[in-house]
Parts: sequence; structure tokens; C-alpha cells
Amino acid sequence: MLLRRPDSPSALNGLALPVLHRPRRERASNRSHTLLVFGLAALLLTTLVISGRAVNELAMLTDFTQKNLGPGLEHWFGTDWMGRDMFLRTLAGLSLSVLVGLLAASASAGIALLLGTVAALGGRKLDTAITWLIDLMLGIPHIVLLVLISFALGKGFWGVTIGVAVTHWPTLARVIRAEILQVKQAPYVEVARKLGASRLALAAKHMLPFVFPQFLVGLVLLFPHAILHEAALTFLGFGLAPEQPAIGIILSESMSYLSAGYWWLAVFPGVALVATVLLFDLAGSSLRRLIDPHTAQE
Amino acid sequence: MASFLLRNILKFLLLLLATSVLVFVLVSISPLDPVQMNVDQAAYLTMSPEKKAQLAEYWGTNTPLWERYAHWFGDFLRGDLGTSLRFNAPVADVIALRFFNSLALMIVAWILSGVLGFALGIGAAVKRGGFVDRIIKGYCLILAATPAFWLGLVLLIIFSVTLGWFPVGFSVPIGVSSADLTPFDSLRHLILPAATLSVVGVANIALHTREKALDTRESEFFQFAEARGLSTWQAMRQHGLRNLLLPALTLQFAQVAELFGGSVLVEQVFSYPGLGSAAVTAGLGGDAALLAAIALISAALVFLGNLIANILYGVIDPRLRRGRHARAKKDRAGAEDAPS
Repeated sequence: MLLRRPDSPSALNGLALPVLHRPRRERASNRSHTLLVFGLAALLLTTLVISGRAVNELAMLTDFTQKNLGPGLEHWFGTDWMGRDMFLRTLAGLSLSVLVGLLAASASAGIALLLGTVAALGGRKLDTAITWLIDLMLGIPHIVLLVLISFALGKGFWGVTIGVAVTHWPTLARVIRAEILQVKQAPYVEVARKLGASRLALAAKHMLPFVFPQFLVGLVLLFPHAILHEAALTFLGFGLAPEQPAIGIILSESMSYLSAGYWWLAVFPGVALVATVLLFDLAGSSLRRLIDPHTAQE
Repeated sequence: MASFLLRNILKFLLLLLATSVLVFVLVSISPLDPVQMNVDQAAYLTMSPEKKAQLAEYWGTNTPLWERYAHWFGDFLRGDLGTSLRFNAPVADVIALRFFNSLALMIVAWILSGVLGFALGIGAAVKRGGFVDRIIKGYCLILAATPAFWLGLVLLIIFSVTLGWFPVGFSVPIGVSSADLTPFDSLRHLILPAATLSVVGVANIALHTREKALDTRESEFFQFAEARGLSTWQAMRQHGLRNLLLPALTLQFAQVAELFGGSVLVEQVFSYPGLGSAAVTAGLGGDAALLAAIALISAALVFLGNLIANILYGVIDPRLRRGRHARAKKDRAGAEDAPS
């Protein structure tokens, strides 16, 4: 940076000293920057869900004078064969997908926390059983399991939500189990044990706070998976019912109109889905950077 | 070695047993009536009660779960996979051709995504922090958020509908019997699904290889090679690649589950007649025998992939082999008090 800027102190003083080094730019610290990113992502997603819920009725409005229109100023994402506005449908569908994802991922993380803790603290037999269960769940492709579970529950909202919830916990459960096994040996836990704390108190007071950050990050990073799998399952016909404006429904319906050249039916909703998932990813990874002790100080 | 083999065979059999039980339990607790699902709505309403009873008999709705499972299990032990009620044909016949279709799709995608991902990962690491690195990283992050079926739809719109280069679906051209099929035809129908599956699979392997390659760049032998006057590319080729190849291969083997999951979706988009689309059909119709067979095949493939990955881990890093032994011994000593 050899350029002199008129507002630099040396210029003001009338000295012709070249500025050899100056801080690149004044900016907020990395930490608050990350916090800002997280806040923005969270805000955007909340707006998405609320506005999506709000336009839910509008999204189902049909207008046969306006059918099969390409994207334009009036209908940003175009309209479908029933004259429904694709932008509103996408918004409503995304909010539904996000809600299913949130519910399923939270339930899944809850299962992971419970089973991971029980495996680590419940003694050898329970540990073996739960580890085997984790291996079993990871041994069958998610989609196959999801299809089976959703079918067993009669499809629909609960089929897909419970399906996603009971298939996504194993990786997080493994992490939590390892973390608790590690903290079990920590001196402060040993001390508490020697002081006569009960096993439940030990787990609740000394171990859970230790794994909580990992748990939170794992939970947020589960969201994108849950949303994508919800969309996939609905797309295959095992998820939400066809009358609901879910993203998977929109995309699977668009398949019948592809050869007619109605590309906007598939492209825009998909882009919106990818953007939403990216936002969740962003929120999750910035949260990890904030919470993880290895990077929190950077 | 013998104990290793024995343990894994035992694990494998247990996995298959658990999977088959799971499939049968889940299919039979479903509130959905298989008769109603496999018959046209209008036909169902006008159907006589006798006909309904006959169909219910055919779908085994009145046979208790354990009886159906025992029946299936007995047949399975004799090498008979049962009858697909949906296709009204032996499961083995339904699956045979589809299995090879799916296998071809998955193998092509597996190799392509592996090679491409590895190359991108190395490229990004060599150009660390530069423009190329950012592009590759961004590309991978976006890909990781992209559902395979949507990408398939987009490719279908671009290459089949707009450009007309590829057929819109099916593995055989319409009006041609599968007997007159030329290898060129099958190839043409394989390209788009395989491309979709490979593009999606690239992200993980590229990001992983990039991380590993950056570690390698920090290592002393690599910096020494650069100090001797080799360019980063040369040093990477002569000293980096062989360090990076095996971990990438291992990861690729460990990802078979995702590959299979992706192929289910992609087959559905391209109406590609493979195991995935059969699984969806079977699932929509509640066809337990067919679902069980497909679930078993997928579980076996994933198990094989993980097994190879585990063996490769040991090959890469002998410490891990010993480490696993030591850990196993410690576990035996008692999980409660052993320091971990």
C-alpha cells in the first residue's frame, strides 16, 4: 500500500512521507463479524418461515387466466398450469420444509443426546447395544430407511417428520458419546464423584454443560440434512401430501411439464431450496466458530 | 486374520438379519392398506367384497407378521428371495437386470466423482488462497447443499429438453426392444444420470482432499522438496499424491451409503430402471419381499464399502491397526474404569 490517500494523517500534516504500512481496513473483529453473519442468517430464515406461513392461503389461489406464464415482473417465478403464483408457492413450500426440518432435526438431536449419554454412562451392555444400533442405522442408506419408516407411519407430515427424526441421530450420538467418555475422566468430574455426587447429578451438572456446545452445533448442522431429506422424500412420494405446497411436491409435479419447456417450475424453487440450505449451513458453521473453544478466540 | 474375518462375517449376518426384520415389521405396521394402494381408486370403489377379500389374501393382509417373516426367511435360506407382489414375478427376476443397471450407474459415478473430486481438491490446495481455490471451495459448498434430484431435473432441462442431446428417460429408447439394444444406446441413457450423481459426489471428496493436501503442504518433507527447488506442482506430484491417494480412496469407499441414496433419487428423476426406482415402486405399493431384497442389497453394498474403508485405514496408518487392538483390549477390561 504505497498509495497516499488525501485523508491520511501524513497528507493532512503536509508531510510527503509515503505510508508503508497501515492496517488493511478498520473493521469489526472476526468474532463480532461471525456473530453478525449468524444473526443475519437466522433473521433471514425466520422471515422466510413467517412470510411463508402468512402467504400459505394465497399460494393455493388458482387463476386460470394466468396459467403457464414464464417468469416476469408480475409473477417473479412464473405460474403453473393452474395459474398459481410460483413465488408464493415456493415461499410457502420452503417455510413448510424448514418447519419440518426444524422439528425433525430437534427431535433427532434429542434422541442423539439421550442415547449418546446413556451409551457413555449406562455401563458396558447398554454401550454395546447402542453402538450396534448406531452401526445398524448407518449401515442402511438413509433414503431406504426413510422410505420404510415413512411408509410404516402412513406417510404424510408425521411420516416424514418422524422418519427424518429417527434416521439422523447416529452421527451426533457418536460424537456425544465420545465427548462424555472423555469428560468422564476429567479431574473435576472425579472430584465431584468422590464428593459423593449421584450419577444423575454428575451427568446433569458436570457432563451435559460440557457437551452442550457440541450438541448445539450438531443440532444446527442437522437442519440442512433434515430439510434436504424431507424434500427428497416428498419428491419420491412418501412425504407431505400433494395438496400441500411443499418443495418436494412442486419439484415432482414440475417433472410432468419439463418436456413442455416450462423450466421455471423446477429451476426457481430448487434455487430457493439450495439458498435456504446454504443459509442454514452458514448459520451452523458460524455458530461453530463462535462456540468451539479451538476457534472462539480467533 | 481369522478372527477378523469371523467377526466381520458375524457382523454381516447380524446386519442382514436385523435389516430384514426391520423391513417386515415396518411394512406390516403400516396403516396403509396394500390392496387399496395397488388398485385404481375407481376400481376399488366398485370392487365386490369377494374380490377385495381375494386381493387381501394375495397381499397377505390377514397373515400375521411373524408367519410372513418366517415364511420369507425359510425361503431366503434356501436361496429364494420370494415373490414380488407388485410385479407379480419372482423377486430375483425383478431385481437381476435392475441390479446391474444400478451397479453400472453407481460404479461410473463412483469413479468419476472420485477422480474429479481428487483433482479439484489437489488443485485447490496447490493454489491455496487464490482465485481457483475460492472457486473450487465455493463450488463444493454449494454442491453440498444441492439435492441430487433437483440437479438431475436441471440437467434434464438443459441437455434433454433444450439441447436435445440426450433422451428424457428410460434406459432403452422407446420402440426398441431390449434385445436390439446397442451398447451405444445404453451408454447414451447412462450419461446424464451418472453425470448428476458424480457432480453431487464431488463435493465431499474434494473438500476432504483439499484439507489433507494443505496439511501435506505444511509437512517438512514437502517443504524440503520445495526448498530443493521443485515447484509446488512438482512437489505435489512427486511427494504429495501418494500420501493423499489412499485417504481419498478410503473416504470414497466409506461413502457408498450416500451414493446409493443419491442413485435412488436420480433413478427416479430419469426413470432409469434400477434398484432405486424399484425400491420406490415397492415402497409405494407395500411390497415387503421386494423391499426386503433391495434393503438387503443396499446394506450389503454399504457394509462392503465400509469394510474396505476400514481395511484401507489400517493399510494407510499401521498405528491405527495397533490402536484399534489396544482399544478393543481396553474395552474388554471394562468400560467403567478403564482410562480412555
